[in-house]
This record gives sequence, structure tokens and C-alpha cells, in this order.
Amino acid sequence: MIDPAFLTDTIGQLLGGLPLTLSLSAISILAGGVLALALALLRRSSGIGSLFVRAYVFVFRGSPLLVQIFLIYYGLSQFPALRHSVLWPFLRQPYWCAVLALALNTAAYASEIIRGGLIAVPSGMIEAGRALGLSPFRLFRLIVLPLAVRQALPAYGNEIVIMVKSTALASIITLMEITGIAHQIIGDTFRSFEVFLCAGAIYLALNSLIARGVWLIERRLSPIV
Amino acid sequence: MNAKFACSLALALLLGVSAQAKDWPKIKIATEGAFPPYNMQNADGKLAGFEIDLAADLCKRMKAECEVVAQDWDGILPGLNAGKYDAIMAALSITPKRMEVIAFSVPYVSSPTVLATTKGGGMENLPGTGTRINLDDDAAARAAIEPLRAKLKGKAIGVQVSTIQADFMNSYFKGVADVRVYKTAEEFNLDLEAGRIDAILAAAANVKAAMDTPQGKDIVFTGPAFGGGPIGIGSGVGLRKSDPELKGMFDTAIKAATADGTLARLSNQWFKLDLTPPS
Amino acid sequence: MMGLPSLALTGFGPTGWGAQLLWAAGMTVAVSVTAFAIGLAIGGLGAWAKLSGGRVAGWLATAYTTVLRGVPDLLVIYLFYFGGSQVLTSIGRWMGHDGFVGLNGFTAGALAVAVVSGAYQTEVIRGAVGAVSRGQGEAGRTLGLSRWRVLRHVLAPQILRAALPGMGNVWQLVVKESALISVTGLVELLRQVSVAAGSTREPFLFYVTGAALYLVITSMSGALFQAAERHSRRGWTAAR
Repeated sequence: MIDPAFLTDTIGQLLGGLPLTLSLSAISILAGGVLALALALLRRSSGIGSLFVRAYVFVFRGSPLLVQIFLIYYGLSQFPALRHSVLWPFLRQPYWCAVLALALNTAAYASEIIRGGLIAVPSGMIEAGRALGLSPFRLFRLIVLPLAVRQALPAYGNEIVIMVKSTALASIITLMEITGIAHQIIGDTFRSFEVFLCAGAIYLALNSLIARGVWLIERRLSPIV
Repeated sequence: MNAKFACSLALALLLGVSAQAKDWPKIKIATEGAFPPYNMQNADGKLAGFEIDLAADLCKRMKAECEVVAQDWDGILPGLNAGKYDAIMAALSITPKRMEVIAFSVPYVSSPTVLATTKGGGMENLPGTGTRINLDDDAAARAAIEPLRAKLKGKAIGVQVSTIQADFMNSYFKGVADVRVYKTAEEFNLDLEAGRIDAILAAAANVKAAMDTPQGKDIVFTGPAFGGGPIGIGSGVGLRKSDPELKGMFDTAIKAATADGTLARLSNQWFKLDLTPPS
Repeated sequence: MMGLPSLALTGFGPTGWGAQLLWAAGMTVAVSVTAFAIGLAIGGLGAWAKLSGGRVAGWLATAYTTVLRGVPDLLVIYLFYFGGSQVLTSIGRWMGHDGFVGLNGFTAGALAVAVVSGAYQTEVIRGAVGAVSRGQGEAGRTLGLSRWRVLRHVLAPQILRAALPGMGNVWQLVVKESALISVTGLVELLRQVSVAAGSTREPFLFYVTGAALYLVITSMSGALFQAAERHSRRGWTAAR
């Protein structure tokens, strides 16, 4: 029933989409991470900044990512003003629309994870740093951030895996990454089970590598027990 | 458990699969209901369109009572062979690939495949605009496509997934043009109007429908119109290979509707073009 | 740019899509509730397999949660939508029914989302069962309660209390995942929004409206879950 030649051929075709899956994941996770840090810090401020971040998190966590992708891809391109602006060379391309939507989405989840990490930094550590005469910036960079990162790492690892899975949605706006190619092969051959097996194996391998990597970093950052 | 499945299974067991009626007082016809102006659903959920009107006319000629039902495009061919209905009228192009699985009546509409672009996008008047190319004629096809390949190099062209147009793009322009595959025609129309893609490749009748909307006023045909080859000779009624009598009935009715001008009248009414197949 | 005529499009007037959008939002809730209920059953089974179901069952449950949490949900939906018909057709053939048997979008979509959410539900329930100490059950038995009554009156309420926050998260996930079912052609909220966006050429307006309707669904049901959590905790904090 299972046809090895078909499986190897399918895996070969699907691997052609791997570079796109990887670059979508990497760029949106990096950009989303930077944005998330900024949001987490703004959330600690009082007043309008904190309110903005709360609204942002509410909107991006409360609605489906696919709606966000469609809104950015089809919704924004409706406006002639935007089509004549400097942003259009980017937003014209499905690739950058997908990156933008993925980054904005992960920033909402990641900012909450980072916020949790920041809250978990013991106040005694901060006071100790202050007593050493560290400037606020150095205090943040040398003490608060490393401790918060260590605290947040397991949850952030999960978020990275979720993001890699989410890049599959880019196929809906015409990008031929792994899932897009898988859909095309299913459409041509109707052998959905075998194609699922192959594509699933690629994603699982990728995600277990990521989980392993996060675990290694976690171990490095942990104090010796 | 899927109720439909259970019912059809029970029916198959009760009646035996090979039991077949030889005359056809009742015919069940499937359409997609989402492909204007061929077939669509009104706001009140009723089916309408060129094929709905044509089905009514053909059934009158065949003296049969017809029921037209909506069926998702994805499962429309397998459903015919499963006996969920007896015929398909859903802008189903007659192609050699499909003829391996089902039978077709003679074509009742022949809409060539065309490229369309927007005014001012720099893709108007591609070589061959206004001509008609039969892809079965190898030399003519090559002569028409060579200059197009140069013009489409690196351009983003939208097609709909699993259509003859997607096949056409992949067989003649793979690696040349940036082929973008969309789930629905609405989506590539939006992207063409937004200027995100340079052109679309679609059936002329559908492009014409998009042109007639206020937002589509800047869409123009460009390059030659293609027929034959992987595009096929037009759309016909899809039928089971095991029902030759029914095919005979549809063929006779379609020929009569062509001869007395009914086909041309319905075509002009729905497409604003006469898409009667050349006989 | 969006004048009054645009806003009339999302209303209930003759040109408005309001009624269709509300109907589709109802479909989203229906398919989500179905998927959540099936996912809950799968999760219960998975948790049982991991906690006390022998080596093979435990291994199967681990494989299931690992795969489903590492593979894109869209891929799972394609598997069920296209593969579901494949499986049913071959069962049909085996039973002598020649031809194609389809799985409709609602069933395929609800099953796919249920199977995805079941993997998360397994972990939630397993964690909750672990949070209730063994002594609780033993204490109930010593009081002379039957096994069933121990489960019903002692263990279940405590497990539910521990599991509710996690289940609330899974519910939110299910609602958002249900948007992916739109690719099968089922007219749920996102599909209806896309159709309206395409035929009115107002994608921005309709996708914003769609996002807002999802926010209404997730935040209203979120409030329900919070109320349920409060209810399940009644008398708990006071008894410290």
C-alpha cells in the first residue's frame, strides 16, 4: 500500500520548500522578538503606553492569525495611498506580507512571555545591582535581561515551534513553502495520507531540532545545581 | 458517521451497484454554484446562471424532469461516478485527462483562455493580441508562445488552483514567469486590481464578468486567446461512461439548441459574448 | 476612505452582509463547540493512556501528542478533508460500494481541529489529575464511598477546577483554529468574510469586521470560562 518511490519523490519535492519555510520563520521570529521586548518594556510603563500594549495583545491574541494575514495582504492593498507609498515595494510581495503578519502576531504572545520573565526577576537582584552603582541601562543589560531570558526560555521555545508551524499559513497567500507544495501534490495525486506523512516528518524533524537547541541554551544559562 | 455515506451505502447494498435505469424520466444535475456567470447562488440561496438556464432548456427538449444541485468543486468528479447525481454542468472543460475518468457530451460553451492585465501596467498589447491560437497546431502554438515567453519573463501571473489554466502555465511558462496559484478567482482579481500581480490567466468568460464590475473597468485582454491542447475544446456535460443513452440525449438536445440559436441567446444574455462552440 | 456606503455593507440593510456574517459566526461557534467536545473526549482518553494505560497505550499517546504539536494544523486539516474521503471511499469499496464517498467540510474540519486540540487537552487533563493528590481518593474510600461516588463527588470537581484555566486556553485555540476550516469551503466566519471582501471589493472593511467578530467570540467565551473558574473555586480560597 505504501509506495517508497512516491515517498522519496514527495520528500524531495517538499524539501524544495524548506528554505522558504526557514527564512519565513527566522525573520519573523527575530523581528517579532525585538518588537516583543519593546512591547514588554512599554507594558511596564504607566499610562497610555501600557494601555496600548494591552489593547495590542488583546487584538492579536484574540483573533485568528489567518484573518490577520488576509487583513494585511488583501486589506491594506485596497488603499491607493498605500499602493503609491514607499511601503508598496514590500507589501506588494506576499513574502513580506507574511513576515509582517507573523512578526506582529508572535510579538503579542512573546511580549507576554517576556513580561512574565521580567516579573520573575527577584527585586533583591535589582537592588544589589543598584548598590553596585550600575547605570539603569547596564543594570538591565547585565542583570535583568539575562535572568528574564532564562526564566522565559522554555515558554519562548514553545512559541518558536508554534511560529514554525504557523508559516504554513503563508501558503494561503500563494507562497510555495512546504505546506503549499504539499497541497499541490495532494491536488494532483489525491494521496493525502502519504503526503501528510512526508511533510509531517519534515516539520517534526525541524521542530525537534529547535526543541533540542532551546534545551541546550537553557542548560547553558542555568546555574550549576 | 457521515449520514450521506450511510444512506448511499445502504442503497448500494439494497439495489446492487449495477442496477441501472435505461430511460431517464428524472435527471439529477450537479453544478458548483460559485462560478459566475456560469453558475452561482443568489442572495436568497437559489441557483442561477448560464448553466442553470441551459439545463432547464435541455431538459425540456429531453422531456425529463431535472433537479439541479450544488456540489463543491473539489469532489464534483468523484461524486458523479459515485452516483450522487447523473450529470455535471459546471463549466467543466473537456480534457483528455478528464476523459479517462468520465464521459462528456458535445461542448455547449467554448470560452478561450486569455491573459488579462490592467491598463497602464505595461503589459497591454502583448504579441498576438486579438488573434486566436489552437494549441493542437504545434507550429502555430510555438510561434505564438515564443515571443510571449520573453515578455512574461519574471512577471507575476495569477491562476486558480487545479484548473486547465494552471496546467497551461506550468506546461508553457514554468521557470519563466512567476506563477502565483490562488484558491479562488476573486482573490486573483483583487490582486490584479491592486497591482500585486502583472496579469491573470483565466477563461475569457470569467475575465469578461470581472471587467463588467465597476472595479474591473481597467482590466483588458492581452496576448492571444488560446484553445485546444491542454485547454480543451470547450465545456460539456460531464456524464458517467456507463450511461451512453444519457450522453446521446444530451448530445441531441445541445445540437438542437445550437441550431435554433437558443445557445447563442443564452450566451449573449449571461456572458455578453457569443461563446457557442464552433461545430 | 470608508464612507457611509461602505459601512452599510456590514449592516442589515438590503445591501448589507450583516445577516450572513452573523449566521457564519454562528457556524464558527457550532464547529468550535463540536471540535472542543470531541477534543475533550480525546484528551481524556489520552490522559488516561499516559497515566495508567499500560506501556503500549502510553507510547501511542505520547506519539500522538508529539506529532500533533509539531505539525502545522493546516496540514492536519488537508489530511482530514482529502484523506477522510480517501479512507471512507476505501471502506466503501471494501463493503462493495463502488465509487467516491465524501466527507463534508463541517465533519472533516471539526474532526481535524478536535484531533489537534485533543493533544493539548491531553496535557491539560494529565496535569490536572496530577494536581489532585492520591490521598483524596483514598480518604473518600475510607469514608465508605463507592468508587463512582469518589470520582463524582471528590475527584472530578477537583480535577475540573485544576483543569479549567488550561481548558479555557484550549477553547480559545479551537475558536482561532476553526478559521482554518475555511480552506475546505465550509461557510464559517472567515470564509463568509472572504466572499464578502471579494465580491464587494472592500477587503479591509470586511477583514476588520471579521477580526472584530472573532474578538467578540473569544472575549465573551473567555468571560464565561472565567465565571466557571470562579464558580469552581467557591469555598476554596476561604477554607485556607
